[in-house]
Amino acid sequence: MNAPGASPNQLTAAQAHAAETGETLFADSKKLGMACFLCSESAFFITLLVAYALYLGKDTVGPTPAEALSMPLVIVNTVMLLSSSGTIMLAMKHYRDGRYGQFRVFLAITILLGAAFVIGTAFEWKDLIEAKHLTISRNLFGTTFYTLVGFHAAHVTIGLILMSILLGIQTAGHLSKESPAAELISWYWHFVDGVWVVVFTLVYLIGR
Amino acid sequence: MISSRGHRSPQLLNINLTLVLAAIRSCLKLAAMIDHRIESAPCPLRINVRLLTWSMMALLIIAGTATPALAENNSIFSPASSNSEKINDIFYLVLAITGLIFVVVFGAIAAFVLRFWSRDAETAPEPPQIYGSWPIEIAWTIAPLLIIFVLFLIVIRSVNEQRPERAPSDALKVTAVGHQWWWAFDYREHGFITANELHVPLGDEEHPQSVFLELESADVVHSFWVPRLGGKTDLVPNRVNTMWFAPREAGIFTGQCAEYCGTQHSKMLLRVIVESPDEFEQWVENQQKPAVDDPAGAAGKKLFLELSCANCHTIRGTGAAGTFGPDLTHLMSRQTIGAGVQDNTRENLLIWIANPHTFKTGCHMPDMKLTPEQVETVVSYLITLK
Amino acid sequence: MQADTYTVAPARRPLTSVMHEWVTTVDHKQLGIMYIIASCGFLVLGGMEALLMRLQLWAPEMDLVSPDTFNQLFTMHGTTMIFFVVMPVEAGMANYFVPLMIGARDMAFPRLNAFGFWMFLFGGFLLYFSYFGAMGLYGAGSAPDIGWYAYAPLTSPAFSRGNSTDYWLLGTMLSGVGSVSFAVNMIATIITMRAPGMRLSTMPLFGWMILVTSGLILFAFPPFTAAEIMMLFDRHLGAHFFDTQAGGDGLLWQHLFWFFGHPEVYILALPAFGIISEVIPVFSRKVIFGYATMVMATVGIGFISMGVWAHHMFTVGMSDTIDLLFSGATFLVAVPTGIKMFNWTATLYGGRLRMTVPMLFALGFLALFLIGGLTGIMLAVVPMDWQLSDSYFLIAHFHFVAFGGILFGIMAGYYYWYPKAVGRMMNRKLGLWHFWLQFIGFNLTFVPMHFSGVLGMPRRVYTFEAGYGMEIWNQLSTIGAVVTGISLAIFVVNLIYSYFRGREAGDDPWNAWTLEWATTSPPPAYNFEEIPTVKSRRPLWDLKHPDDPDWKHE
Repeated sequence: MNAPGASPNQLTAAQAHAAETGETLFADSKKLGMACFLCSESAFFITLLVAYALYLGKDTVGPTPAEALSMPLVIVNTVMLLSSSGTIMLAMKHYRDGRYGQFRVFLAITILLGAAFVIGTAFEWKDLIEAKHLTISRNLFGTTFYTLVGFHAAHVTIGLILMSILLGIQTAGHLSKESPAAELISWYWHFVDGVWVVVFTLVYLIGR
Repeated sequence: MISSRGHRSPQLLNINLTLVLAAIRSCLKLAAMIDHRIESAPCPLRINVRLLTWSMMALLIIAGTATPALAENNSIFSPASSNSEKINDIFYLVLAITGLIFVVVFGAIAAFVLRFWSRDAETAPEPPQIYGSWPIEIAWTIAPLLIIFVLFLIVIRSVNEQRPERAPSDALKVTAVGHQWWWAFDYREHGFITANELHVPLGDEEHPQSVFLELESADVVHSFWVPRLGGKTDLVPNRVNTMWFAPREAGIFTGQCAEYCGTQHSKMLLRVIVESPDEFEQWVENQQKPAVDDPAGAAGKKLFLELSCANCHTIRGTGAAGTFGPDLTHLMSRQTIGAGVQDNTRENLLIWIANPHTFKTGCHMPDMKLTPEQVETVVSYLITLK
Repeated sequence: MQADTYTVAPARRPLTSVMHEWVTTVDHKQLGIMYIIASCGFLVLGGMEALLMRLQLWAPEMDLVSPDTFNQLFTMHGTTMIFFVVMPVEAGMANYFVPLMIGARDMAFPRLNAFGFWMFLFGGFLLYFSYFGAMGLYGAGSAPDIGWYAYAPLTSPAFSRGNSTDYWLLGTMLSGVGSVSFAVNMIATIITMRAPGMRLSTMPLFGWMILVTSGLILFAFPPFTAAEIMMLFDRHLGAHFFDTQAGGDGLLWQHLFWFFGHPEVYILALPAFGIISEVIPVFSRKVIFGYATMVMATVGIGFISMGVWAHHMFTVGMSDTIDLLFSGATFLVAVPTGIKMFNWTATLYGGRLRMTVPMLFALGFLALFLIGGLTGIMLAVVPMDWQLSDSYFLIAHFHFVAFGGILFGIMAGYYYWYPKAVGRMMNRKLGLWHFWLQFIGFNLTFVPMHFSGVLGMPRRVYTFEAGYGMEIWNQLSTIGAVVTGISLAIFVVNLIYSYFRGREAGDDPWNAWTLEWATTSPPPAYNFEEIPTVKSRRPLWDLKHPDDPDWKHE
């Protein structure tokens, strides 16, 4: 902002604090904003998880989780999503070091892994609906399962869109080095992966 | 409408009046003080202070005179069961504690305002700045902690006393089912169902007769509340809640649904009729019988069974076995119709059957579009259901 | 940036250009004003709903409105006042004054700020559009009639036909999205954009209270959104979250709702506390007593308030242990709240009290909030709650908190900050009439409700039974409501009148101490010519009293 009187050597209280301690989260509004947003997101997912856990085994009609959920596909899915967390970490490492070629490669791999996860989920749902006759209106399990997994998958999809835009902008050379966009999107992606770990544990390990 | 009279002892009335007079006196004193201090304040302020004082006094006077003048009484301060008596005692205790806190804190605020009111603050030098004091802060952290600790102990004890597990084993067991917008009372041990009026026997001093209610809902959340007999408990679909109370005096105690449940939530009234064991036995005996088969109602009975009345209402001893509406087997033993909207008389029944929505807009009993003759016939049957 | 766009007199430009500027603005001050104006509009609506209800309750068996209309009135009144009056007016004041008080040029995310405002406004429109658009197949086009906490299963398609409930769900959900973006923005602004030298421990208390409020919003709103999504899925996708026929549990909604609903009370109250914490010191001419404990109490309230929600549910048949746990936690909230009361009172001690209109409102706040707090303690006593819950006593209690407390605090804020935002003082004479009529009207409305509650009157009834002594109390309440209505009309007149005719305010009409008074009234678009460097909690005091600055004492 080029308002009068803003002298360039004037640091806000937070920046001065950051310069002293090296702690940047509380000096960078964008990072902090993202962190706050993710906090509210976690409150949202915790609510869905609580509803799922609360209604486990309360169904009046089948199928139950044990009857409906098959593990092999989900395990492959999980491996893909978790490794995408690793690939985006590598991508960010290259980004910070200025190796943009490698950054783009690893970001693309991340997108592919995420997309594979979404497609995998689609196949899982197809099987559930057609073979196991589990729909959202079937029973409490269907209700809570599709809501929880569906909202997670929606978040994955949003992450894919964000990463694709990031890749496009970066490839076109419109992403300045100072922009925190890449880092914030990687936070979001890690968060989505973290949620999956909890969802997987509750739905496929404990609840099944 | 019939209801029990409020029982207010003359002493209590006296206390009331003394309190009111004392309050008015302090009001006047305060007003005079304020008036004195704000002589130079702008006109509206002065007028408003007086207006405030006078209206407060008017309120107090009304409070003092209106309360004892009750024709009927549902006040939680007139408990008629052991449970509501206990709540009443706690109420006075908590009222005293919070009243004391109010007097102290409000007194401090008022005193400081009057004492430090400054009319020349614009020009006067700034007062000494006091930044705080840790000892004081700690003191007024610990004091409330002690108060709430005492209150918490009171809560623990009283909650424990009133729990369903504490109900005596010889309690009369009734299942209350909330419907939009009426109550079904199912005397399962006696084998009959009635509606909107709960009859219970009165015990004596040594052997108080308790009533144990199982609360269920047929549709949405309702809440059972008879203020003079105890606190409320919700009726939640898919759950069975329980509550109990031991009445201490005979009479008719009115109450109503206390959880918003749709259009006619306001007219989901109920009454608890506490009567002598003999009267209660008589009543039970009558309720257990199937419906009277009075020849005077034969035509009406036929019509009742032909029309769709029987789909929703049960009349034991006939083919009518619907459960969506109230059981009508002994309709005329009840004081009101439509969950308390009107007295149960032939005239009111005529209006009700012709179109229930005249008395109770939006209720689930439909306007059956009967001809006046049909209405007449059906009612002539209903009034035989003693 | 074009200098001073904000203060250009609107009349000099074509209306379309002015409107374009306001609609597209991302300036925190303009957005703040739009929040406040919108909330005034909703206040008029919510107030008229309240008046209609009071008129209907003038006497037993009145026929002014039908039962269904009455049920819609209280649903709309509650929803409007909470989501579309108090939330936005506080968001507006925070938007306008937090950046000024912490010496920032704008919010951290100006566009997100605008997004939040428009989400709120759209949510409000959606709610009120239900009056025209909720026809549905059933043809019951009208407002929602489910009560502001919308207990399941009254909201299921079987009991709530048509689309009015959907409008309620979507309207509040959208305004919730707006609130969350407001909170994210506020936290980022307050943490990262304070003026040089302003540590968190020297930040004005209003900033602290907004910070804690924002934290609460962050954790309280998303569960509410999730619950609303569940309800929408129930209503439209055949899901069974709250479907008791399929094993679902209506109590889950109650828990989720109050997990949001109770922190919401503090989300509404803390900003008002913040205003009071600014107004009382300035007009007592004294520094706030116990700044550090005020901050600790605020943070304490923030944490404890997340763990008291089920005290709204003592009558639903929870276990002893849970009842006692929540009763204890509720008592605990009284401690930090009490500390605040005591600190405000102590600030008065030894001061030179200037009886300005904002100060009168602040004192009114102290008295009324005290009563609301004490009746709150009564309701935390579980057996008393069994009697008083869902009765008119409860209505009296929470209006003493929400109206006597919060709205009086907000009014103090209006009179205190109006000169800064508009450049003119609000008229004192009208202000005094407003205050006294509101004070009298308020007490006349809500003191009697304690009595009608004790006499057995449940809340949300369109009529009450004759002969139980409730008539007189209801009539007093109705008279009080009319008086309150008149006082609020005077307030609106004062807002408009003072805009054109008010006395010029100057930069610092109250001789106050926080940074917003260091710039012009109204402030330029960039807020400060030069970002000030701060050494203490009262930078302007330091400036005015170089001989005895605050930072020597902190």
